[in-house]
Amino acid sequence: MDPVSHRIANALVGNTAEAATLEIALSGPELLVGRDALLALYGARFGAEVDGAPLPQSRPVLARAGTRLRIGRVSAGSFGYLAVAGGFDLAPVLGSRSTYLPGAFGGWRGRALERDAVLPFAPDAEALAAARFGRATRGRRAIAAGRSETVPWFVPALSLPEHEVPAVRALAGLHSGAFDEPARAALFAARWRIAPESNRMGFRLRGPRLELTSPVEILSQATCLGTVQVPPAGQPIVLMADHQTTGGYPKIAEVIAADVPLLAQLPPGAALRFAPATLDDADAAREALAARVDTLVQRIRWELGDESA
Amino acid sequence: MKAGKRIGPIVAPLGDSAVLLSVSDGMDLDANALARRVATAIRGRRLEWVTDVIPALVTVAVCFDARTAREAAERRATLERVLLKAVERGTGAQADLPARTVEIPVCYEAAFAPDLEEVARRTGLAAARVVELHAAAPHRVLMLGFAPGHPYIGGLDARLALPRRASPRARVEAGAVAIANAQTSIYPFATPGGWNVIGRTPLVLFDPAREPATLLEPGDRVAFVPIPRGEFERIAGERGAR
Repeated sequence: MDPVSHRIANALVGNTAEAATLEIALSGPELLVGRDALLALYGARFGAEVDGAPLPQSRPVLARAGTRLRIGRVSAGSFGYLAVAGGFDLAPVLGSRSTYLPGAFGGWRGRALERDAVLPFAPDAEALAAARFGRATRGRRAIAAGRSETVPWFVPALSLPEHEVPAVRALAGLHSGAFDEPARAALFAARWRIAPESNRMGFRLRGPRLELTSPVEILSQATCLGTVQVPPAGQPIVLMADHQTTGGYPKIAEVIAADVPLLAQLPPGAALRFAPATLDDADAAREALAARVDTLVQRIRWELGDESA
Repeated sequence: MKAGKRIGPIVAPLGDSAVLLSVSDGMDLDANALARRVATAIRGRRLEWVTDVIPALVTVAVCFDARTAREAAERRATLERVLLKAVERGTGAQADLPARTVEIPVCYEAAFAPDLEEVARRTGLAAARVVELHAAAPHRVLMLGFAPGHPYIGGLDARLALPRRASPRARVEAGAVAIANAQTSIYPFATPGGWNVIGRTPLVLFDPAREPATLLEPGDRVAFVPIPRGEFERIAGERGAR
């Protein structure tokens, strides 16, 4: 859902972006670490504990075999990402290690983790943990966290909302002209709330009813990540990571790519407003976000003692 | 937005990471064939920054990766040029591409056809006649969409044209063969759905371990073959034993 946080979580343990992380929505599991591993939890903030002590987030943690990790409930944001050095050992399906719940394939058996699930580390996870944590702490002091250890630095959040009613920038959609003037104005003026029945496929929004000037007949056509479609009931749905490939509802707007991670981090019940953007704004915002992510990844690599940083 | 009115091909941005080509304003088989040809042509160019090509009834979306603003603008311009050129080349081509015929065994018996009686009632036909008309018509896959491997199949006999159900079913089984909007669709997974279910196939529409993962491709001819329940169970059983 939040590819930026997934990317940074991986960077914190020395992985590239392709390594599988565990996505944790709103409330997390209790995990028993089977072998020494270098872990990092990034993205949403949780009341997480490691062997009963607070788990330091947004930084690498060397967790010893037998460590208990309790992720707990979210305190800011919506989706956290737990990364492990070497990645979780899952076979890619159709070029991806992520889980597609509606089709029950990909990731860990195509399902959400359940009690007693065993999520395998890479075969060399222990060696990677020792080598990467050793490099990261060379000449510096490690900090005890329960029986585990961490580093004296952490990185800032990149996609958590900074305002109570964050602005999500959006372009006019292909069918915005089919909506009446009050609807087009309301889209950008109203305060929207994310409905509880939202999921990885789409965020349903609650707010003023958006009316068409007259009924439109749209032949099924492609939809994208960030498409804001409006079913006949007039309440918009923003399509998210597991969105359908095509649809026949009119598209009133398209959330810009740079603001999808921010939107993903808004939990059910959260408020947001849309801010109008142009294609040039969207392209500039994407370039700026890519630069921020790259700068942070470079800084992490330097902190980890990565020779190539 | 009335169906049937032809417009020139139009390329427009679809969000900031895709462009959408529309070859026609309304649905017709030539426009559908042209959209499929264009999609094949774009895939054939193997542009490494193209992340997805999504042909639908009369449109083709091309999704792309870009990092800088300049890259994004250049790629949009390239795609517009390439798409319009593909339309130009595709328009003169033979209207009908060579196509394979895929036989889809369907059990139309009551246990698998919760809406068959209602379809019969609403069309004024006997249930057996509905099945006969459905199986006899030459069908063609117009697009895959919504869910992985989910086909939209044209060619439904005009006597079976019905709108969707007034209220969608909370659960439609995987393999359900359903009609609405002058088309047939087959549900690859058990999901909620609003189409009129008149049968079920034991075949698997989407299997990520299969190459290709989808049973059907846009452009395929489809022959629905009525089978009795015993045959359904046998085919489904073979699948389970594999």
